[in-house]
Amino acid sequence: MVTIASADRIAFKPNWWARAGWIALAVYIVYACSLLDFTWTRFMVGLDNGARFIGRMFPPNFSRWEILTKGLAESLEIAVLASALGILVSLPIGLLASRNLMPAWVTWPARMFIALCRSFHPVIVAIVFVKAIGFGALSGIAALTVASIGFIGKLFAEAIEEISLKQVEAVRATGASFMNVITYGVLPQVFGRFIGFGTYQLDSNLRNSTMVGIVGAGGIGGALFAAFQRFDYDFVCAMLLAIIFLIFVGEVIATRVRAIFLERGKVDEE
Amino acid sequence: MENGAALSIQGLSKEYTRGRPVLHNISLEFAGRGFTAIIGPSGTGKSTLIRCINRLVEPTAGAIVFQGRDLVTLSGRALREVRRQIGMVFQEYNLVERLTVMENLLTGRLGYVAPLKAWLRKFPQSDIDEAFDLLEVVGLSNFANQRADNLSGGQRQRVGIARAVMQHPKLLLADEPTSSLDPKTSVEIMTLIRELGTAKNIPIIVNMHDVELAKRFADRIVGMSGGAVVYDGAPAGLTDGHLKSIYGGEDWLR
Repeated sequence: MVTIASADRIAFKPNWWARAGWIALAVYIVYACSLLDFTWTRFMVGLDNGARFIGRMFPPNFSRWEILTKGLAESLEIAVLASALGILVSLPIGLLASRNLMPAWVTWPARMFIALCRSFHPVIVAIVFVKAIGFGALSGIAALTVASIGFIGKLFAEAIEEISLKQVEAVRATGASFMNVITYGVLPQVFGRFIGFGTYQLDSNLRNSTMVGIVGAGGIGGALFAAFQRFDYDFVCAMLLAIIFLIFVGEVIATRVRAIFLERGKVDEE
Repeated sequence: MENGAALSIQGLSKEYTRGRPVLHNISLEFAGRGFTAIIGPSGTGKSTLIRCINRLVEPTAGAIVFQGRDLVTLSGRALREVRRQIGMVFQEYNLVERLTVMENLLTGRLGYVAPLKAWLRKFPQSDIDEAFDLLEVVGLSNFANQRADNLSGGQRQRVGIARAVMQHPKLLLADEPTSSLDPKTSVEIMTLIRELGTAKNIPIIVNMHDVELAKRFADRIVGMSGGAVVYDGAPAGLTDGHLKSIYGGEDWLR
């Protein structure tokens, strides 16, 4: 039996790099707080203002419901169209980006494209599109489509990279064409997760579609921003309640869609 | 081939990493019918050999002549057309788990169906009728609409065999088809493979490591060791001496 010298019997070796990292983080947090006037006094001053703001929000004012429903409908249209387009483009892009099925010279450009779509927040992309193709819903759809590709394109690719290649090998061995191998060997293995990602993206686009209007890319966001600036806080409150309702309905629909397509119950949450 | 062999392997070598061959210059001829068992220890290249035949693995050197064509030179459509003629049964069944039994069987016809029709499940009625008939033959009549991941190991392998037969193969390959199964089911599966091969009048090549099972079912045994053929002949001619050279050691022979 080999005995270890008592000096070497260290059960838990200290990790000095990790300790230094924690200390640096703590120091930076204190520094950032002092720089940004992030103090309790400042918060209490703000609370006064907040109480007045909330007081003026109630009761919510639904008298301008035409503006509200028009904006809400446009947001819904933007979200659905952007999701549909985004998923449609993400399917081939995700496949091209999957390293287990495609050679490196194909996956690299596909991955670069996805990374590019992911680089900016949807609002920034929306500003770019508003400047490029003008105010309105088209810019919102374009911006959220880009965001969708960036998000689910990557998830699609990762899902495809996790499939069992044995099943693919068996389909390949039957002499099936490339497209048939995809339809029968790959798609069945990832379909459930694709439905999950798709409904999640619709959910996310619903939220984002209420926001791109702030920069003029259509939807209820424009009206919301205008109401804020005119201090019409009761109308703001009405719109916020409507948005909550929209998101809630979207959630219910997404759950139903998953239940229909995934007889095996729950999607594995990411 | 001029000598009438259905499949002729000539000087086949395979290296996954350069300078470390898994298969050394293998030459084998297979007649138009009969059950050949390839036996040998794990890691001796049996799976590689069988996968080189339908080019799931790329050979490094050599020729594989099937129906008068050297498979090693084929690619793209020509390769797929030849693959359709070669059925394959896998050790871990390799069914598409989330498809139904029927869809798995029809996978055997994918080489003949256009992508859009395959997507829409529009297979010719004759294929569907044949699939139902085959399910009866393999004893899974009531399982057509079950998902493959609901089946037991033995049932899955029956589906795997039926899928291969759906191809109307001119050659049936099986890579350790019973290694994941219990002894009773193994015999049932081997019997099924043998019967289907005889009924369709096609040659069968099966990898296995169980010598007794090989002796029981094979007309011909090919023993491999270290990536080379060390025995090729009738099961009756296989002696303890041969087994020693195939598997090494002798304690296990009692």
